Amino acid sequence: MADLFRAALAIAIKDIRVEGRSRTALISAVTFAALVLVIFNFARDPGALPKSALAPSVLWITFTFAAVIALNRSFALEKENAALDGLLLAPVSRSAVFLGKYLANLAFVFVVLAVTLPLFVLFFDVGFEGGLPGILAAAVLATLGFVAVGTVFAAITVRTRFADLMLPLLLFPFLMPPVTWAVQITTRLLSGRPVGEILGWLRLLALYDVVFVTLSLLLFPLLMDE
Amino acid sequence: MTGAPHPIASPLLEARALERRFGSRWALRGVSLSVSPLQCHLVVGPNGAGKTTLLRLLAGLARPSAGSVQLLGAPLSADAASRRSVGLLSHQSHLYDDLTAFENVEFAARLYGLPEPAKAARVRLETLGLAEVADQPLRRLSRGMVQRVAVARAFLHDPKVLLVDEPFTGLDPESARRVSILLDAEMMGGCGVVLVSHDVHEAWSVVTHVHVLVGGALVSSRKRGPVETAEAFLQEYRSLLRG
Amino acid sequence: MTTLAKRGLAITAVGLLALAAVYVLALAYTPIERAQGLPQKIFYIHVPAAWCALLSFSLVGIASILYLWLRDPRLDLFAESAANVGLAFSLVMLTTGPLWGKPVWGTWWTWDARLTFTLFLFFLFVGYRALRSAVQDPGERARFSAVLGIFGLLLVPFVHLTVYLFRTLHPQPIVLKPSAPSLPGEMLRALLASLGAYTILMAGLLMTRYALARDEREERDAG
Repeated sequence: MADLFRAALAIAIKDIRVEGRSRTALISAVTFAALVLVIFNFARDPGALPKSALAPSVLWITFTFAAVIALNRSFALEKENAALDGLLLAPVSRSAVFLGKYLANLAFVFVVLAVTLPLFVLFFDVGFEGGLPGILAAAVLATLGFVAVGTVFAAITVRTRFADLMLPLLLFPFLMPPVTWAVQITTRLLSGRPVGEILGWLRLLALYDVVFVTLSLLLFPLLMDE
Repeated sequence: MTGAPHPIASPLLEARALERRFGSRWALRGVSLSVSPLQCHLVVGPNGAGKTTLLRLLAGLARPSAGSVQLLGAPLSADAASRRSVGLLSHQSHLYDDLTAFENVEFAARLYGLPEPAKAARVRLETLGLAEVADQPLRRLSRGMVQRVAVARAFLHDPKVLLVDEPFTGLDPESARRVSILLDAEMMGGCGVVLVSHDVHEAWSVVTHVHVLVGGALVSSRKRGPVETAEAFLQEYRSLLRG
Repeated sequence: MTTLAKRGLAITAVGLLALAAVYVLALAYTPIERAQGLPQKIFYIHVPAAWCALLSFSLVGIASILYLWLRDPRLDLFAESAANVGLAFSLVMLTTGPLWGKPVWGTWWTWDARLTFTLFLFFLFVGYRALRSAVQDPGERARFSAVLGIFGLLLVPFVHLTVYLFRTLHPQPIVLKPSAPSLPGEMLRALLASLGAYTILMAGLLMTRYALARDEREERDAG
């Protein structure tokens, strides 16, 4: 067990170090998020639709789509020089490889979140009031689940032609439930509803995490098992 | 027959009746191979004969559809620890272009659970004459140097069985010579080597056994003759392909 | 053509005949629904198509689990065939839905729960097929699509839950609901007959598709 986490941590640190050198994924994801927020703002008719009506959906669509861009890079860097084979050759379990990639992806996606959220507040002029902890909880819970699925799918799509297009095609249906729930939570919190109202949605997000993180841990080794 | 009562070294690697297929599509059928210390087995064959597949099975990167691989007397299985005694040097370097040579090797040392990863990495790079470029990003190194970093990475955990796939491709003569000297040294240290290469001349000085793989099956498998030349073997190989 | 393909075609023919009989039954011997009028007849195509799409999707998921366990290429082929058949049925469902929705609800498309749900099945089928066509190596293709199939199978309940947590325009479940079926006996008879006919049709199509794909694969491997 200690071995598993030691190896997973080594892989995650390696990924973060590689990303620190090139910054390809993060810069494109963050720029994408900023652009989408700006476009949403201009694509809205200010007379017809108040910002607050659109705000929760904008936040979650922007954040998750930008996250997918960051995920695309995850296994692309293992593809050059067949580095993935190097990981699989090592005497560490396939689950450790998954965990390592998962941890690194979580780190990247949280960076995307940390940039998207303030930009969102700035551009959409929303006040979270007391809702921030609830929104953060929703963000963390949603991220844990969809990044697990995204990590597995990125390992798949990197071996296909048109990898960058294939990942969204496969992953978007899996974003639908968590994004829908997160939007529900945000809408309620932004209109000042009590925290008690969102607990049910948070529980759903947690259920999604348990199911898909477990499934990813189980299936990733089989995916790598040639 | 050697009359001396030598204790017969048990094979390091023993592959029995390896098969690899998907449905009725065969990649490998009935391949058996036994590698003992101080042996270097050269595997040659045309493209698509299954050489890379064979190495992937021996390295534990792929599972055989039938047959078994034994490493040091224990089955090479899904159990991660069993991969510790094998090292694969592929024509792909398994390295990250954005990291330095040192970071690449140190990362591998961590994966293999070596006690002092940083020190182990430095020592390796030094022995391969890479101390000066150790902190350069890999993408700035020449093809020959990258290959040496790949060697450092692949054999850093002192595996007993070295699997080597086309190590001379794209190398200048000097780097190629270094690679064969290294293989020779590892063998003398008690390792066994399985070498896949088109470059029979380059490899010949270390080869002890020769195998010809055609269509996923070994059509010839024997010891190299003591005075046999690379050219003689190549002639035999070509006539095997024609027949 | 192999025996299996011939049998598949025979069952498909039986399914089509049964379907024709169902329509005679539905059009001539089943009363016209009072509120909805004639368009309600589409219901006898729409509901069974949705059922078959969901059934195919479950078959893809189950075959995927079995493939990863047993690694028998036939299971992979079966999953692929089920996905193709399911895609066809979800298309039927998605075209008949709006055809019915326009006269009855006054709109081609609504984000009604069941319609949305089937739309997601359709997207999953499309993704599954796109993935299969984008992977060259047959072993890799089988492994990758099996993993996707299993993920999809587990996603289905979540999508279902999500679309139902929103208010739905859709007529409430008719046959399998706790109280007695709310459909008049004759309409229920037509619906059940249609479900039966569709299931036979699906089995026939699936068998044929599987047999043809298997023959094609064998031919390619031999050649």
